[in-house]
Amino acid sequence: MALNWEKNWEKIVGFLFILPSLIAIIVFVYGFIAWTGWVSVSNWKRGAEPNYTFGGFDAYARLFGTTERYASGIDATRFTSSLRNVIGFTALFLLSCIVIGFTLAALLDRHVKGENFFRSLFLFPMAISFIVTGLAWRWIFTPGDPNVGTTGLNRIFENIGLGFIRPNWASDVVYHIPADSAVGQVLNTIGLGGLASPDFGISLGIITLTIAAMWQLSGYTMALYLAGLRGISDDLREAARVDGASEFQIYRHIIIPLLKPVTLSVVIVLAHISLKIYDLVVAMGGVGQGFIKDVPAYNMWETTFDQARFAQGAAIGVVLLILISILIIPYLVINLRQQEER
Amino acid sequence: MATQSLTTARTGVATKHRSHFHWTRLIIYAILLSFSIFYILPVYLILITSFKQYVDIDLYRMWEFPPVINLPQCTNPFIFCFDSFYEAWFGSSAVIGMGTAFMNSVTMAVPATIISTVLGSLNGYILAKWKFKYADVVFPFILFGMFIPYQAILIPLTLTLKAMGLYASLAGLVFVHVVYSIPIAGLIFRNYYATIPNEMIEAARIDGGNIFSIYRHIILPLSPPAFVVVLIWQFTNIWNDFIFAVTIAQNQNQPMTVALNNIAGSFTVQWNVQMAAAFLTALPTLLVYIILGRYFLRGLLAGSLKG
Repeated sequence: MALNWEKNWEKIVGFLFILPSLIAIIVFVYGFIAWTGWVSVSNWKRGAEPNYTFGGFDAYARLFGTTERYASGIDATRFTSSLRNVIGFTALFLLSCIVIGFTLAALLDRHVKGENFFRSLFLFPMAISFIVTGLAWRWIFTPGDPNVGTTGLNRIFENIGLGFIRPNWASDVVYHIPADSAVGQVLNTIGLGGLASPDFGISLGIITLTIAAMWQLSGYTMALYLAGLRGISDDLREAARVDGASEFQIYRHIIIPLLKPVTLSVVIVLAHISLKIYDLVVAMGGVGQGFIKDVPAYNMWETTFDQARFAQGAAIGVVLLILISILIIPYLVINLRQQEER
Repeated sequence: MATQSLTTARTGVATKHRSHFHWTRLIIYAILLSFSIFYILPVYLILITSFKQYVDIDLYRMWEFPPVINLPQCTNPFIFCFDSFYEAWFGSSAVIGMGTAFMNSVTMAVPATIISTVLGSLNGYILAKWKFKYADVVFPFILFGMFIPYQAILIPLTLTLKAMGLYASLAGLVFVHVVYSIPIAGLIFRNYYATIPNEMIEAARIDGGNIFSIYRHIILPLSPPAFVVVLIWQFTNIWNDFIFAVTIAQNQNQPMTVALNNIAGSFTVQWNVQMAAAFLTALPTLLVYIILGRYFLRGLLAGSLKG
C-alpha cells in the first residue's frame, strides 16, 4: 500500500506505537526461547536454584537414548512413547475433524431447516475449557467392572445395539500392526519390521483423547468449511450440473479443490493445538498406565515443575518447539510471500 | 418472458427437492440429529450428575435422570437438588471453592481482555494502515508468538515473574495474558482494518488528518464489530486457559480451571460435586456464546488466519 509520506514524524510515531509490543515479543517469545535453550544445555539439572554453567547435551541424549548409558532409561522410554502418542493423536484428530467438519458443513449447506440451530449446537463445545471437556469425557470413559455391568459410553453402545464395542478404555492397550500378520511379514521382508511394533501404534488412551478433542473442535472445523462453501458461487455448481456432473463429481472435482485454502487453515490451526495439547491430558486423568496418554507438553511440565529437573524439562520444551516450527514456519513464510506479491 | 423462465426455474428446483425428499433429506436429518446427540451428550451428563446427591451417585446408573421434587435428604432442594452446587461453590478444607475461584477468574480475565483488546486495536491499526519499512516482515515475526508451545518459555517466564514480584499473583496472570495475546489480537484487528479502503485514509490526510486524528475519527467509529469479536475471543481464551494459570497461580489465587482440576483430582470429592464445578466453570463462556454467538463465529473465522 502506497500512502504518500509527507510527514516523516508519523512514520516514527507509528513505529513507536508498535515498539512496546515488539519488544515484549522479542523478550517474551524469542528471548525466552533462547533462555530455555540455554537451560536445556546448562548444569541446572536438579532443584529450584538456577545454575547457568554449560553442562553439555545430556538432556537430549536422555530423551532420544542416543548413548548406551541412556538407551533404555526412563526418559528415553517415556519420551519415545510421548512422541508416538502426540503424532498419532494429531493424525487421528486432524483426520476426524476434517471428515466430520466437512461432512456436517456439506450437509448444512443443502438448505437444511433449522440450520442455525444445528450450527450453534455443533459449535458450542468450542466455548468450553479443555479442563471441563476432559472431565466430562473422563467420566464417560470410566471403566466399570464388566461383571457388574457396563458404564458410560459402553452402556450407550450396548443400548443402540453396538454392545460388541466394549473396550476397557483405561487399559494400556496399544493398537498396532501385528508382527506375525501378513502385512507385518511384508513390512519385515522390506526392512520396515519396526512399523509393525507398538512403537508405531495408537494407544486406546490416545483414542479417548482424540474423541474428546474432536468433540470440542469438529464444530469449529465445520464452521470454517461452511464459510468456505458459502463463498463458492451457485452458478459454478449449476454449470457443472448442466454439464452432467453428479453431486459426487461436483464435490470431488470442484468444491474440494476450491476449499484447499480452508483445509490449509484447518490443518495449521488444529495441528498446532494438538501438538501442544496439555490441559486435556491433565483433565482426563494424566498419562495413565505405561504412559499411554503421555504427550511431550505433559512430560515437560511434570519433569520441570513436579520433579524439578529443569535442564531435562527445557530440552523437551525445545524439541516440542522444533516439532511445531516445522509446521508453522513454512506456513508463515508462504503467507509472507503471498502478501508481498499482492 | 423473464418472469416465466424464473417460475420454471423455481418449479424445477422445487420438484427436484420433492423427488429427493423421501430418502436423501431423511438421511441428512438423521445424520445431523445423531451428531446433535453426540454434541449434547457430555453436557447432558454434566447436568444430570450435578443435580444428583451423593447417595444417588452410582457408576452403573450414570445416565439415569436425577431424582426430582421428592428430595427428603436434600439440604437445598428446588425442583432438583442443588447440594452439589453449594458444595462446589463453597469448597472444603482441601480445595478452594468455585466461588473464590470465580472471583479470581473475573479479576484476571476482565482486565486482561480489555487491555489486550485495546493494544490489539492500536497494533492492528499501525500494521494495516501505517506500514513502516519491514512492517510485512515484522508481522509474521510477531505472529509466530501465537503458535509457540508455552512449554518452551515457561521456565524463563516463572523466573522473570518472580523477579518482577508478579509470580503467584493475579496481576502476573493479567500481564502474561496481555503479552501472549499480542499476536492474535493484532492479527484480527489488522485483518479487519485491511478491509477499510485506503482512499478513506488518504482523503482524511488531504483534509489535514494525522495518525492520531485518523484513528480517532475514522478507524475507531468503524471498529465496534472488531472490538466485539476480539473481546469475546480474548475473554473465552483467557477464561479457559489452564497452562499459565496452573504454572503461575498459587492456592488462593487460582482461577476456575485450576480450581476445577484440583476438585477433580481430590479423592474426597464425588462426581456430583466435580460435575457441578465443571458446569460452573463452563457457564460464563457458554453464556457469552449463547448471547453473542453470531460474533463468536466471526471471531473464529477471523482467528483462523484468513481474515
